[in-house]
Amino acid sequence: MEQPVSYTLDSTLETVDHAEEKATRIATELGFGEDEVLQISMAVREGAVNAVLHGNQYAPDKKVILAFERTPEDLVITIRDQGKGIDLSGIPNPLAPENLLKTSGRGIFLMRSFMDVVEIRPSQTGTEVKLIKHVHGSSVGNKEGSQ
Amino acid sequence: MSMKLSTRQVDGVTIVDCSGRITLGEGSVTLRDTVRDLLSKGNKKIVLNLGEVNYIDSSGIGELVSAFTTTKNQGGELKLLNLTKKVHDLLQITKLYTVFDVKDDEAAAVKGFK
Repeated sequence: MEQPVSYTLDSTLETVDHAEEKATRIATELGFGEDEVLQISMAVREGAVNAVLHGNQYAPDKKVILAFERTPEDLVITIRDQGKGIDLSGIPNPLAPENLLKTSGRGIFLMRSFMDVVEIRPSQTGTEVKLIKHVHGSSVGNKEGSQ
Repeated sequence: MSMKLSTRQVDGVTIVDCSGRITLGEGSVTLRDTVRDLLSKGNKKIVLNLGEVNYIDSSGIGELVSAFTTTKNQGGELKLLNLTKKVHDLLQITKLYTVFDVKDDEAAAVKGFK
């Protein structure tokens, strides 16, 4: 991936799988290790789930924009939906004892667990989630000679 | 690879052998339907054998929690068996590992029911 790439995806369950597959392929191509590839793909999957379900709410006229960019230091992944914007203050801590047995609400927590930086910017025209994984070691990115 | 489930009986305990992915959509629904079907037929001692589950997302975690609480609320008991490292690690970071009754030996899991 020498240049940033961007995909415009429908608000469907298939998009979630496609986003995960693209993340797996790109992270692998960039030379991330097996565990990191899994972490990146899972974080992207969770971001895509939130965009499709909670952001766009499966609306056929709303799209999910998924973008990958390799900077000298990082893999930067952006997931943008066209929903009404998430209320971050309304998301409970999934590790709190009273929330452990809830059946949902772990997506953002998992993204934060798997990525080095997670930035969430809600607005009334959609939510943008930026997932950043630092490039560790000399092998990552060497295929592009970009280090 | 989508999720596949099969059930078998061992000494009055239902073992559900799961393989594939427990993720949003088909995988989660399949697990939910299977557990509900078992409970509706009076099978309240359930072991989910996750030895062949290679991927699980937050929806899948939610389904495991739902299966656990639904079974418990109906007077039953549900245990997890043979966690792969990926699933084990996920349950650790979500602090669910100690909530579930996790076993790594089927015979011990079966004997462990009250």
